[in-house]
Amino acid sequence: MANFYSDVPEIKFELENPLMERIVELKERGYREKDEYAEAPQDFADAMDSYEKVMDIVGDITANVVAPNAEAVDAEGPHCENGRVRYAEKTYENMEAMRQAGLNGLTMPRKYDGMNMPITVYTCANEIVSTGDAGFENIWSLQDCIETLYEFGTEEQHARFIPRVCAGETMSMDLTEPDAGSDLQSVMLKATFDEENNCWRLNGSKRFITNGDSDIHLVLARSEAGTRDGRGLSMFIYDKRDGGVDVRRIENKLGIHGSPTCELVYKNAKAELCGSTKLGLIKYVMALMNGARLGIAAQSVGLSQAAYNEAVAYANDRKQFGKAIITFPAVFEMISNIKAKLDAGRALLYQTARYVDIYKALDDIARERKLTPEERQEQKKYAKLADAFTPLAKGMNSEYANQNGYDCIQVHGGSGFMLEYACQRIYRDARITSIYEGTTQLQVVAAIRYVTTGLYSQVIADYEQVECKPEYQGYMNRIKAMAEKFNADVEMVKATGNQELLDICARHLYEEAANIIMCHLLLQNTNKAPELFAKSMNVYMNHAESECAKHHNFVNSIDAEQIEAYRK
Amino acid sequence: MSLKIVVLAKQVPDTRNVGPDAMTPEGTVNRAALPAIFNPEDLNALEQALRLKDANPGSTVTVVTMGPGRAAEIIREAMYRGADGGYLLTDRAFAGADTLATSYAISTAIKYIGDDVDLIIGGRQAIDGDTAQVGPQVAEKLGLNQITYTEEILSCKDGKIVVKRHIDGGVETVETALPVVLTVNGSAAPCRPRNAKRVMKFKRALCPMELAPGTTYADLPYADQYEKKPYLKLGQLTCADVNADLNQCGLAGSPTKVKNVENIVFKAKESKVLTGSDEDINGLIQELLANHTIG
Repeated sequence: MANFYSDVPEIKFELENPLMERIVELKERGYREKDEYAEAPQDFADAMDSYEKVMDIVGDITANVVAPNAEAVDAEGPHCENGRVRYAEKTYENMEAMRQAGLNGLTMPRKYDGMNMPITVYTCANEIVSTGDAGFENIWSLQDCIETLYEFGTEEQHARFIPRVCAGETMSMDLTEPDAGSDLQSVMLKATFDEENNCWRLNGSKRFITNGDSDIHLVLARSEAGTRDGRGLSMFIYDKRDGGVDVRRIENKLGIHGSPTCELVYKNAKAELCGSTKLGLIKYVMALMNGARLGIAAQSVGLSQAAYNEAVAYANDRKQFGKAIITFPAVFEMISNIKAKLDAGRALLYQTARYVDIYKALDDIARERKLTPEERQEQKKYAKLADAFTPLAKGMNSEYANQNGYDCIQVHGGSGFMLEYACQRIYRDARITSIYEGTTQLQVVAAIRYVTTGLYSQVIADYEQVECKPEYQGYMNRIKAMAEKFNADVEMVKATGNQELLDICARHLYEEAANIIMCHLLLQNTNKAPELFAKSMNVYMNHAESECAKHHNFVNSIDAEQIEAYRK
Repeated sequence: MSLKIVVLAKQVPDTRNVGPDAMTPEGTVNRAALPAIFNPEDLNALEQALRLKDANPGSTVTVVTMGPGRAAEIIREAMYRGADGGYLLTDRAFAGADTLATSYAISTAIKYIGDDVDLIIGGRQAIDGDTAQVGPQVAEKLGLNQITYTEEILSCKDGKIVVKRHIDGGVETVETALPVVLTVNGSAAPCRPRNAKRVMKFKRALCPMELAPGTTYADLPYADQYEKKPYLKLGQLTCADVNADLNQCGLAGSPTKVKNVENIVFKAKESKVLTGSDEDINGLIQELLANHTIG
């Protein structure tokens, strides 16, 4: 039987990264729960064995329940009835399978019925589910909103809400409004304190809310009357059991049909504060967003894997001129590029997840005790790396998912344009990944300071010190040459002192940095497991080199005077 | 009302994915070439048992499986899905059993488990033998009511069970008193997936037969866990444990004799090329109706 985990050895390879030992040690606090919970690991090897076994369940359900349901879910989509969402029929089957398998609240503490798994492991699950159905992955993966409630909510809130999520209740994050999309500072949903009932009341509307009829909502609302910027916004928890929020309509979308995108109306809805007032946007949404962006990066990698699977299957099956089309260079070149982007993007995804894991685990420990000076330093280092890598992982993987979906259809030729093959759904589903949770353009905005401060250059310099086998030294030299050009490009643009020029060059510098970093990560993987990555290394090296040359040329061709030619 | 439920399950070669090396040249099943799996209809049976357990708190589901040490995997798989535990019925004396000897051995194991078992639920048949005899024979040997071709248990209360049976040409709803033996169809509800926490909890569970010869639980990695968590030591029953009559076990107790095994090779003698035209399709349908392939 197909299994979307065990069929893809590259995922297991990422799960077995050496950094995992530190992550699990921190997350399990030296395995202190081993006698308290029957399912808690005894040691590192035991934990890894458990993660693998649980991923095998995810791979099984995804391949044998979620993926076979994807076509029907895509065709039916959710319905809005009397202010409530009714999912496509098969979505309930997917949700029930996930609930029975206990695959909710993976990262939450055991005392709240979670499994205390690292975010890296959760990211694996996320990727796998997305390969089966990216639309369903949206509904399922919104469970990670609970991370934010765990980070900033009170203990009493933890005890009330976390077990419900672990039992399979769904979540949503209600941020966007008709006039507040990328610019969340403009959120106007009104939160007023109801003295009589000692609770908050929400009034107004939200738009484009993924899974907007969920059981537990995190809502961004304006608690400070008279303010107009981000400092007047707070984060609230709305419990559907209390009522007061209705779904006005469900959007008709290009893709991810299984996932209901809702317009919500809040009519004096009872809510409770999460954390402190005024920190809603500037602190909590930022945390929420970083988690969500990692989620979209995983969703994108899952889609790329799906695109690869479909392209290979079709190209082996389809015969033209008496031969399977996969034997033609024009076709296998396309497919090998899909695979190379998939492998490089996946390496970036999991490196990011590991960085997030370490700093978040240390953050969590800091809530129990004071960190040692070494731990504080470690926390700071990885928090910064996570912040720098998240926009790279999200931006690049979502763009790759789009490119891979496009190429997957191209491999199918005319049949790919018909609605009978899965490739068209993958292509449509991928389209949103480079838009929601911050467009690629906003990922560039989040990343550019790490270009100009030299953090990426430093990371690249560090990666150049990683041991490399003699047979792969040629790749290392080529990556070093790319890095030299990148560093020169950054210095040159910075030296102009022209902010607008920097903004125009930003995407190019961002992609240069991302390509170089992915080359390094793929090279590190190739050194350890050439049987899995050597081919992709070769293909990606050629691809990245030509991409970097393109960006280098652009940055060196443009100057301040030319900006007018671009301005509309 | 809490129920004591026994599920009968078998580890079988996966005959659904047969490759060219599935049979030995002698015409027997090449077990090495086929992965060993949980007999599919036994999974449907397990699901029915687990649903009863969900609806009747305090109920227990115990799996009984017969086979060599590796068949204990069936017990673990069932525990991952919700079963409480199980017994591996294993003894050289059980080897070579036909359905009669198998049902005898299983009935002795059920007697060993207790005379207060309320339900014994198994799959309709196993995909390696396809006889559908073991369930009914167990019922006969224990003198219990039996309901075959179970599609769904509609209710189970006050010592009575109502079952929807899938029979030729329709469904039939029947009621009988507990204790009862049910055999379940593959078209019944599919079994729930493995549960993550249960997998982590029971993944180290082992039968004594699975241990390397001459070793004990104390020699295993994480040996202390077997002391702290008794549920990690799975039940195992030998011929002597269940007090079975050796003459009724294994080869000695099996009247079925395989007289001859023939290799069948399908060879297409002729082929016909049809276009997608209505005329050709109609012609084909008429032909298939005429020779009773369909209709």
